Amino acid sequence: MGLSEADLTAIFLTLRLASVVTILLLLLGTPLAWWLARTRSLLKGPIGALVALPLVLPPTVLGFYLLVAMGPNGPLGQFSSAVGLGTLAFSFWGLVVGSVFYSMPFVVQPLQNAFEAVGSRPLEVAATLGAGPLDRFFTVALPLARPGFVTATVLGFAHTVGEFGVVLMIGGNIPGQTRVVSVQIYDHVEALAYDQAHGLAALLLGFSFLVLMLVYGSRRRAGTGMGW
Amino acid sequence: MTGLSAELRLSMPVAAGPGFALDVALTVPDRGITAVFGESGSGKTTLLRCLAGLERAAEGRIALGETLWQGEGVFVPTHRRRVGYVFQESSLLPHLSVQANLRFGERRIREARESEFARIVDLLGIGELLQSFPQQLSGGERQRVAIARSLLQQPRLLLMDEPLAALDLARKQEILPYLEALPQQFDLPIVYVTHSLDEVTRLADYLLVLKAGRLIASGEPESVLSDLALPQRLQLGDEAGTVLTARVLERDRDWHLLRLEFPGGELWVRDSGHEPSQTIRLRILARDVSLALSSHQDSSIVNRLPATVVDMGEDGDPAMQLVKLALGESHLVARISRRSAHQLALESGKSVWAQIKSVAILH
Repeated sequence: MGLSEADLTAIFLTLRLASVVTILLLLLGTPLAWWLARTRSLLKGPIGALVALPLVLPPTVLGFYLLVAMGPNGPLGQFSSAVGLGTLAFSFWGLVVGSVFYSMPFVVQPLQNAFEAVGSRPLEVAATLGAGPLDRFFTVALPLARPGFVTATVLGFAHTVGEFGVVLMIGGNIPGQTRVVSVQIYDHVEALAYDQAHGLAALLLGFSFLVLMLVYGSRRRAGTGMGW
Repeated sequence: MTGLSAELRLSMPVAAGPGFALDVALTVPDRGITAVFGESGSGKTTLLRCLAGLERAAEGRIALGETLWQGEGVFVPTHRRRVGYVFQESSLLPHLSVQANLRFGERRIREARESEFARIVDLLGIGELLQSFPQQLSGGERQRVAIARSLLQQPRLLLMDEPLAALDLARKQEILPYLEALPQQFDLPIVYVTHSLDEVTRLADYLLVLKAGRLIASGEPESVLSDLALPQRLQLGDEAGTVLTARVLERDRDWHLLRLEFPGGELWVRDSGHEPSQTIRLRILARDVSLALSSHQDSSIVNRLPATVVDMGEDGDPAMQLVKLALGESHLVARISRRSAHQLALESGKSVWAQIKSVAILH
């Protein structure tokens, strides 16, 4: 069950992809989740639904549209060519873009729930104490939503690690570029190398279990400790 | 800021739920506690939120002294109004220690001023709690910290939204003395929302009465509460009564009684520990005042005072009748049965003896 050189390459690539995607998602997802949690706009429904789409959509459908968009004639492809990145399809950064869409709900929804749970009262309290909007966001909303950030980070990271369909559609199978662990396992199985598949699969299983245990454990603690 | 004169006016319909409108024009004295009294749903909290700038839907005009907060195209956001706001339930920021909560507002004052931290912490007796976190405190302690926090930001206006409503009786008694001390310690207008007549009589220097989003009475508690229209409109029933301010004349240690003087006569009350020449506040419930046409020397009732009927009013209860009495400059309200009023042939101008069965000493 030892890990080969190729396996290790796949693991490092996966970790790099998941880290980049998680950071991007926290940066993009925080303002989006804040907006979704607090807006009374009519757009809340449609935007919320768009964010949640990857939860129900087959990865192949999402991957297919992303592939088309990233092609030389697609909007993403034209944009990336224009800024000198070339086409994104079958590249690491293409995977990043795809994963950002695919893992979006796993980051935005915990954050949105956390911001909603904070409610408007602590923010009103801070306002009466002289804190302006940005001040309130950083000194009250963010610290109070911390359990949500833990969940969002872990789930966003873990979900990106476990991604397969979208990767296959837009990334293909280029070692060191787009061949992540899930694809590597698929390759092993295709090649009937079950021993090697077992090694990687067990690793992913253990990782996923650990991550979820941490998330649920921290939720329980947050539930008892942070009573408002 | 001394010499601050506060004048708050707002005249506006607010959409806060079905069929609710707030439409009031009011002024608040520039110091002392102004109680906003009314049943739940009368718009008290909405009014307070408008004053703080938390309710943006309101239209109208709000000015504190010379400073315009709302109106004429101006809307000063909450964080620039410098209003202290004590919420009904605990409003301490749960991720911060008591100390950090207290400093939260103080740190955000722009102009440098001498910190009143030690004085205010001492005043509210929370020195022991500074390192604790909000979830470790009792309800009463949390409200004391919240009051201290609102004072530490050196507010221009202090708003309190039923700060005692969520507490049990013992905790209320724990906090009331701190509230009573506020007007002497801080020179600023305090608006205190409550649905408790008891708190009104204990705390209010000025009284605004709201009903269904409208101001139905305003003025000194002595005159507002002795207006016969009020008990009926608010369905006060047994709670109807008046407040009096009196001075201690002598302390009778043998009988454990105090002799008091108020503008309208003298009263004997149970010894509350006050010393001669101290001023105390009294509450006399209308149901504890009975009327007679002559002075009964053979009665157990100690306090019998000559009075003149000045007004007769309906009570919510068809068997009962409210009678407003003048005693010198003071007024009392008596709640007696309609039949008694008929038998005594009471009418405005008639001289009677008011027999006061019980007097509550507020402070």
